[in-house]
Amino acid sequence: MAKTSEVLLSPIFKDNPIALQVLGICSALAVTSKLYPTLIMCVALTATITLSNFFISLIRNIVPSNIRIIVQMTIISSLVIIVDQLLKAYDYETSKTLSVFVGLIITNCIVMGRAEAYAMQNGPYMSMVDGFGNGLGYSIILIIVGSIRELIGSGQLLGVQILPLVSEGGWYVSNNFFLLPPSSFLIIGLFIWFLRSWKTEQVEPAEFKMSKNAPKEIKIDHA
Amino acid sequence: MLESYLSIFINAVFIENIALSVFLGMCTFIAISKKIDAAIGLGIAVIVIIGITVPLNNLIYTYILKEGALAWLGYPEVSLEFVGLISYIGVIAATVQILEMFLDRYVPVLYNALGIFLPLITVNCAILGASLFMVEKSLAFGESVVYGLGAGVGWALAIVMLAGIREKLKYSDIPDGLQGLGITFITVGLMCFGFMSFGGISI
Repeated sequence: MAKTSEVLLSPIFKDNPIALQVLGICSALAVTSKLYPTLIMCVALTATITLSNFFISLIRNIVPSNIRIIVQMTIISSLVIIVDQLLKAYDYETSKTLSVFVGLIITNCIVMGRAEAYAMQNGPYMSMVDGFGNGLGYSIILIIVGSIRELIGSGQLLGVQILPLVSEGGWYVSNNFFLLPPSSFLIIGLFIWFLRSWKTEQVEPAEFKMSKNAPKEIKIDHA
Repeated sequence: MLESYLSIFINAVFIENIALSVFLGMCTFIAISKKIDAAIGLGIAVIVIIGITVPLNNLIYTYILKEGALAWLGYPEVSLEFVGLISYIGVIAATVQILEMFLDRYVPVLYNALGIFLPLITVNCAILGASLFMVEKSLAFGESVVYGLGAGVGWALAIVMLAGIREKLKYSDIPDGLQGLGITFITVGLMCFGFMSFGGISI
């Protein structure tokens, strides 16, 4: 039981797929300008990665290793097609907002990476837990970025006005900077800084260190 | 005619740069941009693969998957669009595999230079993304060739620029927690703002 919770919880902060493993960043940037599509994207990815880890783990012993990538791809893309079709059937508006990014879950490196790194070596149950944990780790970053962007960018959360805008008689001047896609890079960059100041073992060593032999203070001789 | 091709190309390289405006292929973009040499190698590999797969997927879409495309087989009402994703990724994986074997056999110099990057490319979302955008924009075959090349060139340009910045950046004194990944994200963010200024150009 301890192992299950370890596998489930460690991807959330300790070994986060986005902040530490640098996987699956593309969608983290492009779909996060509003919280609602972000949540849909998180659910879609978590479902895909949980199921794909399960199925890949089931067949891990019978797939020859030289064609495993294409087998994994086939499983993942079938799952993504199901997610895509479901989304188009039940929430067409959001599927338009997410446009190609649902399809791009196929090449989301988190899904491939976990299939390759975990599901190929472990049993179906643990792989499912691992997939779900990584899905959560991905979701938590997306939700943080999405909430910050929607709250600061338009004063709303899930479409509900939290901060009354000046244009509607309130006091909040919306910051359109946060609605622009590149702002999510800055938010994730700062989030990584925050995370690594908290968990210092994640800090990458610098390739070059400033030398310490620079003079500390310059003494001026007035004599 | 030539003018419209040129405008598709310029549009794909600068205005809708696939790395810096639509954020595709970010994983490899950030992971392989420490050295300029490696970035150039990967950039060329992406141009080649994207330039081949986008037109190929265009043919598959037009003649097999699109609604009514199977009329020549006598099934004018069949639409296979829902298997689009799996066919595109299949084409991409197969192309990468074939190109890898071909280079290994006939152009070993290039194979050694690109070798390690080729398998990475299958999971590069820029490649699949370009094919999906091609379908969404409903480009004709000729346009898809130009669009594919433009998207590849744009991505290569962006990764080489980022590698150039990062090579300089490693001599800077960066706060510990921001070292490496953090500062790279912020750099890419600033580059994106730079590229947004192309958005005002209309051609």
